Amino acid sequence: MTIEARLFATLREGRGKVLKVELGDGATVADLAGRLSIDRKDVAILLVGGRDARLDRPLSDGEIVSIFPPVGGG
Amino acid sequence: MYGYNGKILRVNLTDRSIKTEALDEAKARKYIGGRGLGTKMMMDEVDPSVDALSPANKLMIVTGPLTGTATPTGGRYMAVTKSPLTGTIASSNSGGYFGAELKFAGWDAIVFEGKASAPVYLNVVDDKVELLDAGKLWGKVLSETTDALEQAHGDKARILAIGPAGERLSLLAAIMNDRWRAAGRSGVGAVMGSKNLKAVVVKGSGKVAVADEAALKEAFAVCMKKIKDNGVTGTGLPTYGTAVLVNIINENGVFPTNNFQESVFDKAEEISGEALAEKYLKKKDPCFRCPIACGRYCEVDDIKGGGPEYETIWAFGGDCGVSSLKDVIKANYWCNEYGIDTISAGATLAAAMELYQKGLVKKTEFGDGPELKFGNADSIVEWTKRMGAGTGFGAKLAKGSYRLCESYGVPELSMTVKKQELPAYDPRGIMGHGVQYATSNRGGCHVRGYMISPEILGLPEKLDRLETAGKPGWVKIFQDFTASIDSVGLCLFTSFAMGADDYAALYNAVCGTKITGADFVTSGERIWNIEKQYNLAAGIGPDQDTLPPRLLEEPVPAGPSKGRVHPLSQMLPEYYSLRGWDAKGIPTKGKLSELGL
Ligand code: SF4
Repeated sequence: MTIEARLFATLREGRGKVLKVELGDGATVADLAGRLSIDRKDVAILLVGGRDARLDRPLSDGEIVSIFPPVGGG
Repeated sequence: MYGYNGKILRVNLTDRSIKTEALDEAKARKYIGGRGLGTKMMMDEVDPSVDALSPANKLMIVTGPLTGTATPTGGRYMAVTKSPLTGTIASSNSGGYFGAELKFAGWDAIVFEGKASAPVYLNVVDDKVELLDAGKLWGKVLSETTDALEQAHGDKARILAIGPAGERLSLLAAIMNDRWRAAGRSGVGAVMGSKNLKAVVVKGSGKVAVADEAALKEAFAVCMKKIKDNGVTGTGLPTYGTAVLVNIINENGVFPTNNFQESVFDKAEEISGEALAEKYLKKKDPCFRCPIACGRYCEVDDIKGGGPEYETIWAFGGDCGVSSLKDVIKANYWCNEYGIDTISAGATLAAAMELYQKGLVKKTEFGDGPELKFGNADSIVEWTKRMGAGTGFGAKLAKGSYRLCESYGVPELSMTVKKQELPAYDPRGIMGHGVQYATSNRGGCHVRGYMISPEILGLPEKLDRLETAGKPGWVKIFQDFTASIDSVGLCLFTSFAMGADDYAALYNAVCGTKITGADFVTSGERIWNIEKQYNLAAGIGPDQDTLPPRLLEEPVPAGPSKGRVHPLSQMLPEYYSLRGWDAKGIPTKGKLSELGL
C-alpha cells in the first residue's frame, strides 16, 4: 500500500516534506517511522487523516500521516 | 516590600498633576500584580459603566512582582483599562524591555487619569517625572516616534507609544513598546489616544529588592532546566517561533480560512513557520531575560522588523485566503508602524472580504484601493495602511469586524466574541478551546486559557480535541492559572514547561512569602471572578458568553473537522457549575466570599 507521509519542522532535514512510502499490508505508523528513520522521541504530534493517532495504529492504503517533532505554541 | 517597589505613579493629564502613592500591600498580595492588581484598581476607581474613550476611564500600566527580576522572561507588563472594543475589562500583556525598566525606575505601576488638552508624553527618569509636549510626535508612526524620543532621551531609554491608529481612536489600536512589542488587544491604544498621551519614556537605575537571593538562584535553575528540557520551549519555539503552528493547526483541520468559511487552507505550506525560517528570518529577537526567544526579526524588500507571529500569519494569511508570506510580513510591519492589533486587523479584513464576496460591500467603496477579495495579497498591505491612517473605507475597517458587519446589517458574519476578533483556531474542531473563547473575560482570545496546549500539542497531556467530556474543568484551570501568570510578570509561554509550584517558588524567593502552587492558582480564580464582576457591572452579561452563529450552526465543510459544529450549549452548564456560579453564569455570593471578594 502507498502512504503519504507529511513531515514538518526539523523532521524534514535529510528527508523532505511530503513522501510517498510503499509499505506491506498490516504495517503500522511505527513501521512508517522506522522506514523514515524517525526516532520515537522525535514524534510529538502524530496525525492520521488529521486525527490523533498512536504509533501502533495500523495503516491502510492512501492514508495521510502527519508527523511533528516537539514544536511550539502561539 | 520585596518584589514590589511599593510605589505607584499617578498622572492626571487634565490638571497635569503627578503624584507618588504607596502601593497597598494587602491589595498587592491578594491580586499579585499586573492583570490582577490592575483589575482591582479599576474596580475601586473606575465606574464600569463609563464610556471607555472618555476622560473618566483610566489607563493603568502595571508590572508584576517578578517583572525586572532574575527570573526567566521576567519583563512583562499589563495595560489595564476598560476596553472601547468590547466594553469589558481589558488587560493586554506585552514583553520587550519596557516593563522591567519601569521597575528599575522604582515604580510598580503608572495610572493615567483624565485627558490632556494637547498631545503630551511622560518622561520618567527614576523618580524625576515630567509631562512634555508631544505636538511634533503626533501623527508619527512607531519607528519615527521611537527614533525621535531616543534622540531626545538617549538610546538607553525604553519607549512605549501609540501610533496614528491610537491617536485616531481606532478600536483595534495597540499600545506598542520597544518598537514592535505590543499590548495588542482590546483597543487599549485607543484609550491612550483618547487621553492625548502619545508615549511614555522610562530610564531606571535601580534594582528590584529580592527577599532571598539564594532561594531565587535555586528556583531559577530548576525553571531554566525545565524550559531547556522541554521540546516546545527548549527547541520548537527558539527554532521556529510561534509560526510553526501554521502546519500543525492546518493538518488538524482547524485553521480558519476565508473568515472561518473553511478550516483547511490548501496553501498553508507557503505561509508556514518552516517557509518563514527558510526565506525571511534574519535573527531571533528575545524579550528581557528570556531563554525561549520566540521573537522573530525578518527582512523583506525594504522592510525589516519584529514578527510575524503565528496569529498574525493566520489573520492576514489563511483568514484572508492569502498565500504570499512576503505580503503578510509587510502587513505585519504596517500594523506595528501604525500601532494596530494584528489579529483584529487581519480578521477585520477577512470579514470585509466576505462582505464583498456576498455583494454587500460594493467595489466603489474601495475608491482607488485594491479589491478586498479573498486571496488578493496586495489588498492586505494597502488596506492595513489605510486602516491605520483611517482613510476612505479604512475608517470603517478601523472600528473592527463587528461594527463593520453590523453596519451592513449582518453582524453574524463577524467572527467575534464580545465584539473582539477570534484568533487562529476553529473551535468547531477543538471543543475545550471553544468554551474558552466563549467565556473569556476580554472577548475573543486564545491566551486567556490556551487549550491548544492539551488539545493539540499534548501538553501537559494529550486530550482528544473532539471530546467534550472533562473539558470545562480543563478550561477553568487553564484560565485561573493563566490569570496568575499574567499577574506575576512572566510570559505565558513559560507554562509549557513550568507548573504552579515553580511559579510559587519564584514568587516566594522574590517576595519572601510562603505560598503554594495551589494558592497561586486560587489567586488566579479570584482574578477571574473580579474580572467577571467588572464585566457584569459594565453590562456585559452571560448572554455574551457565546460564539458566532457560524461556529454553532454551520458544519465545517471539509477536512479533518468535517461536519462539526461547536456544541457550546451542552458544555457551558458544566463550566458554570465548576466555577461555582449559578446556572445563568453569575458568580454566587458563596463563591465570591470564598475568594474574599
Ligand atoms: S517566549 Fe517569546 S514572547 Fe515570551 S518573553 Fe520570550 S521572546 Fe518574549
